[in-house]
Amino acid sequence: MSPAISIKGVSKKFRLQHERYMSLKERLINIGKKSYDDLWALKDVSFDIEEGTTYGLMGHNGSGKSTLLKLVGGILQPSAGEIITKGRIAALLELGAGMQQDLTGRENIFLNGAILGLSQKELTKRFDEIVDFSELDKFIDTQVRFYSSGMYVRLGFAIAVNVDPDILLVDEVLAVGDELFQRKCMERVKQFQREGRTIVVVSHSADQVRAITSSAAVLNQGELIFNGQTADAIRTFREKLYSGSGEIAPQDDGGKEQIDTEVITISDKNRIAQNQDPQLNTKYKAIEIVDASFSNPDDTGSNNIHTGGPLQAHINWKTNVEEIEDINFSIEVYDSNTNLVFEAFTRETNPGVIKGSGSTLFLWDEIPLADGKYIANFGITSLDGGTVYDWQEQSQSFEVTNNFKTLGTLHLPCHIEIVPD
Amino acid sequence: MSTESFTKVVKPRSSVRSRVMEIWRYRELLIGMVRKELKVKYKNSVLGFFWTMLNPALYIVIFWLVFTRFIPNGIPEFVIFFASGLLVWNLFVNSLNGATSSVVANAGIVKKVYFPREILPLSSVGASIVHYFLQVIVLVLMLFAFQHNIDWKLIWLLPLSLITLIIFVSSLGILLSAVNVYARDMQHLLELILLAWFWITPVVYYRRVMPTEGFVGIIASFIRANPMSAIILPFQRVIYNNITVISTVDNKSIIQILPDESALWYLRNLGITLGVSLVLFYFAMRFFDSAQGNFAEEL
Repeated sequence: MSPAISIKGVSKKFRLQHERYMSLKERLINIGKKSYDDLWALKDVSFDIEEGTTYGLMGHNGSGKSTLLKLVGGILQPSAGEIITKGRIAALLELGAGMQQDLTGRENIFLNGAILGLSQKELTKRFDEIVDFSELDKFIDTQVRFYSSGMYVRLGFAIAVNVDPDILLVDEVLAVGDELFQRKCMERVKQFQREGRTIVVVSHSADQVRAITSSAAVLNQGELIFNGQTADAIRTFREKLYSGSGEIAPQDDGGKEQIDTEVITISDKNRIAQNQDPQLNTKYKAIEIVDASFSNPDDTGSNNIHTGGPLQAHINWKTNVEEIEDINFSIEVYDSNTNLVFEAFTRETNPGVIKGSGSTLFLWDEIPLADGKYIANFGITSLDGGTVYDWQEQSQSFEVTNNFKTLGTLHLPCHIEIVPD
Repeated sequence: MSTESFTKVVKPRSSVRSRVMEIWRYRELLIGMVRKELKVKYKNSVLGFFWTMLNPALYIVIFWLVFTRFIPNGIPEFVIFFASGLLVWNLFVNSLNGATSSVVANAGIVKKVYFPREILPLSSVGASIVHYFLQVIVLVLMLFAFQHNIDWKLIWLLPLSLITLIIFVSSLGILLSAVNVYARDMQHLLELILLAWFWITPVVYYRRVMPTEGFVGIIASFIRANPMSAIILPFQRVIYNNITVISTVDNKSIIQILPDESALWYLRNLGITLGVSLVLFYFAMRFFDSAQGNFAEEL
C-alpha cells in the first residue's frame, strides 16, 4: 500500500503580531518597527499515513495538530517541506463554512460541492443523497439565513461526507447535532473505514481517538514525538505530555535538596520499551507513581482473580516536594474493547496533605466481572483533574476467571424463586 | 477511484504553470462562484438585473446634459461616443473593485476550505463580464435609436480588445486582492486611483485634445502610455465609427475625434498592452502565491 498522505519535513512559521497593522497607513507610519515574533508551529515533521487507515492527531492546545491538519488540507501552506496527498480531500474543519447566507440550501449544495472539487454533473447525481442525509428536504429551497444552527451543521456535514472523498479530515466536529444525527455521523465514518478511505482525526479526547483510530501521531510544541499504534500513542500522550503540566520549578534551597534532573519513572516492566524517550521524562513531577499493580488478596503475587472474588490494587508513590495537597489517586479499568468498565478515585475522600512517600491501596470485595482480561490506567491528578502529576496509560492488567456457569460480561448473583399458583 | 488525477502537493511555492493548471481544474467552481456573485447581488432586489443597466444609463444622461447642454464639447452623437468607452471602463472598474476586496470578503471559506484562491478575484472579473454584456443591451438599443452605423469591417478588434482587458484586469485584480489582505485600506486607496485613472483615460473627451509640451504634456504622456487607452480606443473606433466630425458648436469647424490610423495601429497598441498584461499576470501570480500561505492567519 502506498501512503495516501506523505508529510515530508514540514515546518510552519507563524508571525506573532504584537500590534496588528491592518492598513497601508499604519504600515507606513510604523515602517521599520519589528512588530512580530516568529513562532514555529511545526518543526520538521515527517510521517506517512497509509491509504485506508484512520489516523489520529493528538496533542495539547497549541501543539500544532490543527495547523498540520490545515496544511494537509491545503488551507495553509508550509514554510518548508511538502505534503503529498493522493485523492480528493474533504475537510470537516468547521461545518457550514462557506455557506452563503443569501443562497438557498439547494444552491449551497452546488456551490459547496464545487468548492470541494466536484463537478456539477457529479453533484446532480448526488443531490438526493445529500438532501436525504441532511433531512432537510422541506427546507432545501429556503435561504440558508433562515436555518437553525443545527440545520446548518447537518447540511454542511451531509455535503462533506457525500462528496465521495478519498481522504476525510476531521477536526473535533463529530460532536455536533442531536444524538441521533451524531450516531449517523459516526456510522458514516465507520462506513468510510470499511470502504478503505483514509481518515485523519484531530482530537485531544483520548477516548474519541481510541474509539475510531488504529494509528496516531502525537505532537508536542510543533514536534512529532510519537507515531504508531493508537494505544501506544495515547500512552505517550498521557504519560509524557500530561505529566509535563504537573511540572514544578526546581527549588533553590541552596543545595539542601537538589532534585536530580534525570527523574525517570521506569516503574513498569510491561511498558513497551520502544516508546521510551528519556528526554521527555526529565521533567520534575511534584508527585510520581513509583509502582502500581493489581493483585489477588487471596493469592498474593498473582493478578488472576475469580469472578465474585476480591481484587486489590496499589499505587506506590513518592513526592518530590516538601508537601503537596490537592491530590486525587485514580484507577480506570477498561475491557479488551477499550470500553471503560469502572473506575475508583480518592477525590470524594480528599486525602489532604501528602508528604514523602507511601502507597494508596484500593480494595474491591466482590468483582462481578466474567472472564476476560482487563487493563487499567493509573493516575495521580489534582482534585479537579486539571493537573495530571503522573499517569500510566494501560500499563497494568488483571485477568478474571469465571468459575460459575454463566455467560455474559457480568456475573450477578440472583435470587430466583419459582412460585406455583 | 481515479486517485492519480487528484494527487496534490502542498509546498511553500508552486510554479505559475501549476497554479494556472490548478485554476483550470477548478473551472466549475469559478463558474459557480460567478453565478453565486450574481445571485447574491440581486437576490433581494425587486428590480434585479435592471439595476445593472440603470447605472450606466444614469451616467450617460448626466454626461449628456453636462457636455452637450451646459458646456458643449461639439461631439455629435456624444452619447454614443461616451457609452462605447464608458461600458468598457465600467467593466474595468467593477472587476477591479470586486477583485480587490474578494479575498477579504470571502474570509470564511478561505480559512476553512482549500481551493485555488485565485478563483476569488477571477470570479469578480467573471461577474463583471456578465454585467458588461447586459449593459451592452443598453448600448445596442441606443444604436438603434440613433440609427448609428458601426464599422463592421473592424469589428474583429473588439473581441481582441476585450480579451486584453480581461487579462489586464485579472492580473491587477489578483495582485491587489493579495495586497488588500495585508493592507485593508487598499480598497479605499483604489477608489482614489481609479478616479484619477478615469480622467486620464479618453472616455469623456477625445484623444486628439492632448498637447505634448509642458506640465500638461507630462500628463498627456501618461494618457498615451495608459493601457486603458489602448483598450478603449478600438471600442470607440468601431462603435462610434467617426474619425473626424463637424463640431456641433459652430457647425463648421472640423474636429478629429480618433487617431486617423489603420487597423494595424490599433492592433499594435493592443499587442503591446497584451504583452505588458501577460508579464503583469506572471508577477501577480508569483506575488499571490507567496502571499497566500498566510491568508488563513491574516484574515
